[in-house]
Amino acid sequence: MTVSQKLSPNPDPLLNVRITPELVNKHGILPEEYEKILGELGREPTLTELGIFSVMWSEHCSYKNSRPLLKQFPAEKYRTDPPYGKVLVKAGEENAGVIDIGEGWAICFKIESHNHPSAVEPFEGAATGVGGIIRDIFTMGARPVLLTNSLRFGDLGSKTVRHIFRGVVAGIAHYGNCMGIPTVGGDVYFDPSYEGNPLVNALCLGVLRHDQIKRGAASGVGNPVFYVGASTGRDGLGGASFASRELSEESQADRPAVQKGDPFMEKLLMEACIEMMAVPGLVVGIQDMGAAGLTCSSCETAARGNAGIEIELDRVPQRETGMNSYEIMLSESQERMLVIVQKGRETEVEEIFAKWDLHAEQVGEVTEGDRMVVKHRGVTVADIPAKLLTDEGPVYRRESSEPGYLKETRAWTADSLGDPAPEMLQDALGRLLAMPTIASKRWVYRQYDHMVMAGTVLAPGSDAAVVRLRLGDKEKYVAIANDCNGRYCYLNPYRGGIIAMVECMRNLACTGAVPLAMTDNLNFGNPYKPEVFYTMEESVRGLADACRAFDVPVVGGNVSLYNENRNGAVDPTPVVSVAGLIEDPAHITSQFCRNPGDRLVLLGGYPDELGGSAYLGICHGQKAGDAPGVDLDGEMTLHDFVRKQIREGRAGAAHDLAEGGFLVAVAEMLFGEEKLGAELLLKDVDPNARLDALFYGESQGRVILTVAHADSDRILADARAAGIPASAIGTVLAEPVMAVSCEGRTEKLRWSVNDLRDFWENAIPEAMRLPGIPS
Amino acid sequence: MKTAVIQFPGSNCDQDAFHAFATVPGLPARMVWHKDESLGDAELVVLPGGFSFGDYLRCGAIARFSPIMRAVTGFAENGGVVLGICNGFQVLCEAGLLPGALIRNECLEFRCTTVELRVEEAGPFFNREKLGERLMIPVAHGEGNYLIDGEGLDSLRKNGQILFRYAARGSAADRRLENPNGSVDNIAGIRNRRGNVFGMMPHPERAVESFHPSRDGIPVLKAVLEAAKSGAGVGV
Amino acid sequence: MSFFLNVKINVFVTPKKNVLDPQGAAIAHAMTSLGFKDLKNARMGKVIELELEGEPGEDFEASMDRVCRDLLSNPVIEDYRWSIEDAG
Repeated sequence: MTVSQKLSPNPDPLLNVRITPELVNKHGILPEEYEKILGELGREPTLTELGIFSVMWSEHCSYKNSRPLLKQFPAEKYRTDPPYGKVLVKAGEENAGVIDIGEGWAICFKIESHNHPSAVEPFEGAATGVGGIIRDIFTMGARPVLLTNSLRFGDLGSKTVRHIFRGVVAGIAHYGNCMGIPTVGGDVYFDPSYEGNPLVNALCLGVLRHDQIKRGAASGVGNPVFYVGASTGRDGLGGASFASRELSEESQADRPAVQKGDPFMEKLLMEACIEMMAVPGLVVGIQDMGAAGLTCSSCETAARGNAGIEIELDRVPQRETGMNSYEIMLSESQERMLVIVQKGRETEVEEIFAKWDLHAEQVGEVTEGDRMVVKHRGVTVADIPAKLLTDEGPVYRRESSEPGYLKETRAWTADSLGDPAPEMLQDALGRLLAMPTIASKRWVYRQYDHMVMAGTVLAPGSDAAVVRLRLGDKEKYVAIANDCNGRYCYLNPYRGGIIAMVECMRNLACTGAVPLAMTDNLNFGNPYKPEVFYTMEESVRGLADACRAFDVPVVGGNVSLYNENRNGAVDPTPVVSVAGLIEDPAHITSQFCRNPGDRLVLLGGYPDELGGSAYLGICHGQKAGDAPGVDLDGEMTLHDFVRKQIREGRAGAAHDLAEGGFLVAVAEMLFGEEKLGAELLLKDVDPNARLDALFYGESQGRVILTVAHADSDRILADARAAGIPASAIGTVLAEPVMAVSCEGRTEKLRWSVNDLRDFWENAIPEAMRLPGIPS
Repeated sequence: MKTAVIQFPGSNCDQDAFHAFATVPGLPARMVWHKDESLGDAELVVLPGGFSFGDYLRCGAIARFSPIMRAVTGFAENGGVVLGICNGFQVLCEAGLLPGALIRNECLEFRCTTVELRVEEAGPFFNREKLGERLMIPVAHGEGNYLIDGEGLDSLRKNGQILFRYAARGSAADRRLENPNGSVDNIAGIRNRRGNVFGMMPHPERAVESFHPSRDGIPVLKAVLEAAKSGAGVGV
Repeated sequence: MSFFLNVKINVFVTPKKNVLDPQGAAIAHAMTSLGFKDLKNARMGKVIELELEGEPGEDFEASMDRVCRDLLSNPVIEDYRWSIEDAG
């Protein structure tokens, strides 16, 4: 290690200040971290360098508090027999993971959060979140083909929450619609724990050929480094560090930290980059300027390429005058990329960008050694070993302790509720369907162009979305689902993590898809609080155990910490998204009943748990009990069985039990275009069973299939032979009535499906209606 | 028949239009970049959906100044058949090739949904006999609220220039029966008086494959093709 | 207007009087619901700020009108007016 040269004064006198402990603290750098900087540099850093360290060593960029946990995730499949699914680019290697889907093709996908920006400026915060994740995908050489998102808001009864919800949805719509990438799915939960700190996680998936994979690495000494896209302004200054601390009242005044997006610029940038990357040998490395902008893209590409990089800030396109090196290096202006081009082929790049009316400026070059050197007005303003900023940053194992509330919530039993009154059983269904978390999200997805690219096979509203991929002259289908019930993770972080994963897998199985890989977005509170860190540690352990059991590798993701409001941390929310593959379009299955007379078959047995259920929340005002039990082996057998029935053409529809439980799941199956009903007669019900747990409990590992009358006996027998409890529970009716009774019990419940549908369809639009504006 | 699909930098339904025309037999399409000045040997011109130049000023306002639009205008003036879908419709209105304008949806939100269209008697190619009475076709736009003054509307009606109306009902209990944008007289698509320039907000190219919400886009694309083959704009 | 150096021109584009203005209507509703009683009508348009430098040509006003008519507004639905803010 060479000792860094002493640097001359910065051309901007404002930057020539002594680095005091206060200044270090203001940059979110711990005293021991500052000691490390002093030791490694062999001198005091400049203010510009301090800013660079502060963003690169922030949680958002460095994962310093989560990295040891993430090592538990399987990075690749251990089974090698499947014809596809091999991980081609692993988590952490590049901007996003890449997975083989056979015949030389691959998918590339990742989820990322933009929580704090969305809290402060919902529209722009969410929009730029979408923009950022799209760049992560096309940077890899892929053409983005779908977007999804995972959103969490406070209670919709609050005006502020409605404002944030409206803005976030409109922002996502604005960006994705303009880009022409369909937003095909997602999940939205409402819970008071997210009040003031919404979660906005956006996912993008792209398609590419193996030989198109691009790396974010700077190599080849002398190769020019290009800056392409929008010019740099003072917007989004220090966004990565903004994301890495708790929101406060002052955060409202932090608005300059929120960037403004320009999806048209991004569309041009995407098309130009895809065109440029298609030219063999032209691009050596490419990386988007997301969090920590020019800083992150330069030092990461250099570190990955085992090279040095030198950047001249005078050549960086700027849209404001008088910007100094600190501002330029830390700006998070959107829609910018760094491209390392093969020397001698600069004009080819310039011509492609000119076609799209974009600038491509050479701002530096790849150098020998290992340092990131930044120059401004002839002066070296930063000179840091690139790997010190990336791989060699600090890593911590935080203190962990079980939260005190868990003793209380675990001690809860359903007996405390007393016997459910018949009216409660009757009314609960409508109330659950009208709960914004369960209610129809059409108000949301009708604002998203979910059909552009003309490949959407299963649109938002079913268990998982399915999109057709055009692979040369062949076609395959990709399915994608997101899941995470924060309530379960609050009550049992380990099990909640497992359930997030198994529910996602179940959703994919219900559409007929074979899972490929997972991406996760870990949303937690402040990791310096041992009780918060415990929830993260346990949730991640749960996710990792589930991934290993299913042999589904984790190919990337994002960690968002410091999600807190005045009442403490948000519910632990490790959002999971799994992509799956379907080869034959005949195997794509939705959750909607189609044919009157079909039998309804419940796989997995009658639900019997109430802990953490939506019913408990809405009808009893409690967030208590333990998360539902989960049996990984049982889940795997169930998913394989469901896929087999689908492939053999026996399942007309498939839907899993989730929030709201059994009757909500049946009702949701009736909300298709056909306007059907169902008559349920439950046999062999335990005479002592609680009917509220049976009807509204959220036991895992349950799937309902519709099957032709003639097939039902065989399916029941096959399921039992496979060790899966299975019962014929009723029949699909032509008239929109839903009725349920249990053999040997007197309760008989009956609903008009039209009424139920009204509850379900109108809940969110009514909450969001603005006076005088047609909905 | 040679079809030219015009690509503005922010077009994003260009590939969809290209593939849809390829699905309808006999319509191989070719992309034409907005900076080109000539349509070459095109016999049918399609302006696809998207956000031509970001549409920050007004949808289609900047696109009409693209070099290719001079050629498109000349082509239309000579009787060539032009179809504008969604953003393409907006561009045609801005360029003065179709009357009226498209403003912000009445609900002030983007709307993506499949709606029922009522086919109107709009000449030899767009009529109920050819297309059927009703079509289910997706819409996806934020500014599809068609607007024209009273006199202009009378003229559209009198000359049979209204291609489609949203099959809206007062209460729209069935969500397919809504007017997604509040357009005057529930107008979803129009043609020019001469009968060779067609504009519509719904996306027929999203209703051609088996897994699409319907295949009702196919007769629409065929009607445009037939119009082009017969030299619709000549002498009508 | 004999010379200008760093002149700022504001172009105001507003919906024509009888043209439906959904955004204006939404603003009016919101203001009324906030208890703003005397509101008769609200219209929403846009302001485009232009910064110019150099010598104005003889046909400057005509060219401003042309660009307002052809690009910055759509005469079917919008009116425009422009004014010079200050000479610096």
